[in-house]
Amino acid sequence: MRRAIKKATLVKAVKKLVLKASFELEPAVERLLEKAARSETSAEGRIALAIIRENLKIARAKKLPICQDTGLSVFLVELGREARLDFDLEDAINEGLRAATAEGYLRRSVADPLSRKNTGDNAPAIVHLRLVKGNRIKLRLLLKGAGSENKSMVRMLTPADGREGIKKFVREAVTKAGGQACPPIFIGLGIGGDLELCAILAKRALARPAGLPSKDRELAKLEREILREVNRLGIGPAGLGGKFTCLAVAAEKAPCHIASLPVAVNIQCWAHRGGAIAL
Amino acid sequence: MNFKNAKRIETPLRREVIASLRAGDWVLLSGVIYTARDQAHRRMVETMVAGKALPVSLLGQVIYYCGPTPARPGRVIGSAGPTTSSRMDKYLEPILGLGVLATMGKGERSKEAKALFQRYDALYLVSIGGAGAYLSERIKRAKVAAWPDLGAEAVHELEVEDFPALVAYDGQGGDYFEKIMKRNADRSVRATKER
Repeated sequence: MRRAIKKATLVKAVKKLVLKASFELEPAVERLLEKAARSETSAEGRIALAIIRENLKIARAKKLPICQDTGLSVFLVELGREARLDFDLEDAINEGLRAATAEGYLRRSVADPLSRKNTGDNAPAIVHLRLVKGNRIKLRLLLKGAGSENKSMVRMLTPADGREGIKKFVREAVTKAGGQACPPIFIGLGIGGDLELCAILAKRALARPAGLPSKDRELAKLEREILREVNRLGIGPAGLGGKFTCLAVAAEKAPCHIASLPVAVNIQCWAHRGGAIAL
Repeated sequence: MNFKNAKRIETPLRREVIASLRAGDWVLLSGVIYTARDQAHRRMVETMVAGKALPVSLLGQVIYYCGPTPARPGRVIGSAGPTTSSRMDKYLEPILGLGVLATMGKGERSKEAKALFQRYDALYLVSIGGAGAYLSERIKRAKVAAWPDLGAEAVHELEVEDFPALVAYDGQGGDYFEKIMKRNADRSVRATKER
């Protein structure tokens, strides 16, 4: 059944979503950080995790952004084809984002790529839209800081590189990222598709509830193996050394050309900020 | 927080303090420090190239790679954690040439940058990336010292108290990141032998 969605409702919901994600982590992310804090063995890593947890308490209590890099806002939108919008979706998302930026005292972190002139309001958001069944609209937000996004990589591997090649590439990306990407990190891995689809798959993988394995058994196995291997690198919390370099690996795949194996590694910092709404 | 054997140090830094610190030491920093990130570095170097004086004297000072969030009413500053230092590697030599004795940020830097800390007998400090709310509580006073048009990227003068950081590169060529990588390598060699 056709159903109308009001612009004001969406704008308000987006604002709330951005504000909440800026000040507090989703429970699944916080649980993974707690677990790491309990079992980290390196002295420096333990201090880093203790500060990280204290930081989360202060941010929540005082409505201070968890990190000064309040990030680029990425929205993964699923629009039911029976939902009716009589407004421009991206405009509405940006309106909510601008309101959150002003109200939440968020940093202005978005600029023209060449002149470097700041847009002044954190807009525009990056919007990935998919049409789905139903009459609702679902938005999944990720706030992406540049420290981790800058360390993300796409590479066109060959079919012969295979599974081992994928694992080697992830280890390489994580090693290069080192302490700069604010570990313990989250890894979104996109396998297959083409140049841009593998990158979008990696982002979608990050958007899954943190720590939830893939439903595909083969992918879930690969996620576990990569997590184990990456945590052997010893980079540790804040890059100060330790067992926890990565908290979770999430992978998604799509068919690709018989001659290709595109792979994207999207790195997210420990402050894995996001949230979801459905209207 | 248990900063084992952290050393309290004050700005402006003195040479003997730098000489006493080694990679891997925790420090608690107090006094005035200056923020500068990408655009402020570009301006500083452009100003120097034009033969003009900088709006602030950086002799003996600490540069903090940071772009804070705006302060809520009643607060000194918003979130103010470190940004990735390696982006400022290109500007490091002229900055150390001004007499800056330490820079603070997060993460590893290039080989070239690391060598400069030894050559200029200066420190590279790392704090905890992402802990902007926690670190903002260690900032007692803040004002824009130069280039307010840069917004978050302006040079801010901050007065900090017991601001935690770890010495990543010391003035003698010591490198904390190298130490932990060596520690890992030793551990995996041991693990292989035990097998």
